[in-house]
Amino acid sequence: MAIIAVTCVAMLAAGAAMAMIRVEGGPSILDRLVALDIITNILIIGLAVEAALNRRTETVPVLVALALVGFVGSVAVARFASVEPEDAARIKTRAEVEAEDAAQLEAELAAALLEAETSAGRDEASGGGEDA
Amino acid sequence: MLDVVAAICLVAGSFLALAAGIGVLRFPDLLARMHASSKPQVLGVLLGLTGLAIRLRVGPAIWTLALVAIFQMLTTPVATHLVARAGYRTGKIQPDRLVVDELTEDLLQAKTDTPGGQGSPPKSGIIDEGGPGFDPEPN
Repeated sequence: MAIIAVTCVAMLAAGAAMAMIRVEGGPSILDRLVALDIITNILIIGLAVEAALNRRTETVPVLVALALVGFVGSVAVARFASVEPEDAARIKTRAEVEAEDAAQLEAELAAALLEAETSAGRDEASGGGEDA
Repeated sequence: MLDVVAAICLVAGSFLALAAGIGVLRFPDLLARMHASSKPQVLGVLLGLTGLAIRLRVGPAIWTLALVAIFQMLTTPVATHLVARAGYRTGKIQPDRLVVDELTEDLLQAKTDTPGGQGSPPKSGIIDEGGPGFDPEPN
């Protein structure tokens, strides 16, 4: 029994690890979705292996829940998949995210400043008289 | 004896999961990866559940496992179809990799058959910006 347990767990873990690599690098959201589906199924098979080795029946409802949730998840993600920009193919590094955030913050500040200036100008103009 | 059968089922199911991991890592495009991932989705899970049922040998657990198996067989084609459809509509499927491409032919046929026809006109090209699974007339 121990040999079977080790064999099963080794194969499942290797499969899950490779699917995880695809989740990290997969060029589109659908590739990631397919890889995550594999991980869900590996979870189901792994729970079945564990329950079979220890002869426990409490795990069986968990299998039902996992089968349900996996279906709902993949359908939901597939429904909202769309044409992605080129740079969404890979996960950004921390430095890139920080640079992007800083740029966005700067743009927002500039926009707010411009807004304040124009509204102040408008106030002056409307306060000065009705020659507008 | 029964335990040996259960063990064989479990090992075979785990092997299918390993094969799916290798396939999804090494195959070049979305459809090939889906082909690899569908093996543990049906056969792998069924083998695992069969092994578990043979090993448990209790009535209620076996019925619940049968429920899981039926549900898995019902939902997997739906989910896979949706993923493939979304991939096609967002241009993730390269036509030069395909041997047979009946969907593009049918779409072109529908386009030529209804010149400026009623209802929603066929979309231009493969890429449909409107999002997958949303048009009232599924192709």
